[in-house]
Amino acid sequence: MIAPRFKVGDAVAVARRGHAGHHRTPFYLKGRAGEVAEVIGAFRDPELLAYHKPGLPKRFLYLVRFRQGDLWKSYDGPPNDVLTAEIYEHWLEPPSARG
Amino acid sequence: MADKHHHHDHEHDHRHGGHDDRHAPPPDSGRPRTEFELLERALSELLIAKGVLAEADIQRQINFMASRTPALGAKIVAKAWADPAFKRDFMAEPRATLIKHFDVDIGAALELKVIENGPGDHHVVTCTLCSCYPRMLLGPPPAWYKSLAYRSRVVVEPRAVLKEFGLVPPRTTAVHVHDSTADLRYLVIPRRPKGTEGWSEAKLATLVTRDSMIGTAEALAPDAAA
Repeated sequence: MIAPRFKVGDAVAVARRGHAGHHRTPFYLKGRAGEVAEVIGAFRDPELLAYHKPGLPKRFLYLVRFRQGDLWKSYDGPPNDVLTAEIYEHWLEPPSARG
Repeated sequence: MADKHHHHDHEHDHRHGGHDDRHAPPPDSGRPRTEFELLERALSELLIAKGVLAEADIQRQINFMASRTPALGAKIVAKAWADPAFKRDFMAEPRATLIKHFDVDIGAALELKVIENGPGDHHVVTCTLCSCYPRMLLGPPPAWYKSLAYRSRVVVEPRAVLKEFGLVPPRTTAVHVHDSTADLRYLVIPRRPKGTEGWSEAKLATLVTRDSMIGTAEALAPDAAA
């Protein structure tokens, strides 16, 4: 198995692209910048499993942490409030590559 | 939706037998089936007709899922409160630790992530894409957990939603929303209430509510326990 592309603490951005079909990347996080909180491991690809395929190759899955203030302009909670989500590696980019 | 057509079926189609047939479906509320209910029925019938599953397999799985209740999660949380070594192992290796101490196997298909509330951090769980939930420990999720209102609002204004549940974390406490988007399921260990020193695990478990393990509530205070 190849190594994960990102490590804990890396700044990342969620790809902004659309996807025709099942995928596990919420729309509200697309294009948003966050930080890798945890490398969870490699899992079968849900975008293929959903169509009765074996889901291979496996994809690395990350816990990505976002600051609420970065997600919502109107967020009025304290700056330490965060949101985490599980994002697959092929939906993550270095922040400079943000589209 | 073919409401009228369905109503007609319900009134006059007795393929499934009458009162004496123990396989007869229970009387429902009289409302038309939703599209998803019709889809479920059609899929079940096809799987059975093609020999992929037997009716008994479906019932067995439903019974298994329904046998899980928040009482199991409460026992686990109470042990985590009472036994620091167990808590450490449970948070590091949830599956192996549950097999060892509770003879419960949550399966290898999904990973459980255990998160602990403390004075500086409050965790709350949702699933914006569907309704992912640690069913293997808490049973089926409550209706509100699956509602569009909860799922869409808790990621945008978690403090407003928590307030509606009666919970107001101070601004010095970071609120962590966990959107259960893929292969993790989350269980929150709520804060152990003050005044419970020396309590047995069984007594502690009476303070651990379903909502406290989702993160929309604190554990009960000792004087609130039955």
